[in-house]
Amino acid sequence: MNPWPFVIAAYALTLLGTAALCIGSWRAMRSAERRAGEMKRDRG
Amino acid sequence: MHAFANPARFLSIARPLTPWLFWPGLALLVAGCLSGLFLTPADYLQGETVRILYIHVPAAWLGMSGWTGIAVAGLVQLVWRHPLAAIAGRAIAAPGALFTAICLITGSIWGRPTWGTWWEWDGRMTSMLVLFFLYLGYMALANASAASGERGGVSRVTAIFGLVGAINIPIINRSVVWWNSLHQGPSITLGGSSIASSMLWPLGLTVLGFSLLFGAIVLMRMRTILAETRIEARLRRMARD
Repeated sequence: MNPWPFVIAAYALTLLGTAALCIGSWRAMRSAERRAGEMKRDRG
Repeated sequence: MHAFANPARFLSIARPLTPWLFWPGLALLVAGCLSGLFLTPADYLQGETVRILYIHVPAAWLGMSGWTGIAVAGLVQLVWRHPLAAIAGRAIAAPGALFTAICLITGSIWGRPTWGTWWEWDGRMTSMLVLFFLYLGYMALANASAASGERGGVSRVTAIFGLVGAINIPIINRSVVWWNSLHQGPSITLGGSSIASSMLWPLGLTVLGFSLLFGAIVLMRMRTILAETRIEARLRRMARD
């Protein structure tokens, strides 16, 4: 049995999952902090 | 510890710390994965599939460390009522669940060519699957708390759930010693490692790289929850005025 498809699948799933979580967390943080900043400015 | 209970003080540390964890973590992760794929020798018994070790072990470590972090956050929330503890617990849950899922999936992918099966209901794999379900339960409870307006989104029940679930961590750790298992015994202990040093060093890079990335993700999620809490508080104040 050729092991490389298994190795590549494991690495691809891990890196895709980690990248998706990093990008999702970063975008959510940017969006929430921008909205919080805008509300603070509007009030100020 | 209470010196950091102030969210403004926490943010003044978390903002510069996030990129300092993220970029070195990413660099170490890439270096460790490339080294594990192309520089280390294949194992005499497992062949090329041993390269899955460099992502499987850090994922297992972070899955278990994540729940340990949730349990500590729950304890701090219940005993000292630290305002950031609930937020930390909630922020850890999603990355902890993701790395537990990665551990289960990469272990399954490794098992097919090595053991001849995708899955076996033995102590290690079953207790790790239980950990994944515990994460899902914790996230459901935390989201329900947040929807009902709990500060930080983690109720006392959720914190207690996090503490009680920690009983699974030593079970996962000792499962390969207590029960007969297809899974190999502990390769790295406090006494040393049974893995040849020529194959071991990229594991240090990926463990450190994934850990730094995990820290950066937790900080980003904590910052998100804090910003959303500020927005909700402001909206409530505006509705009152």
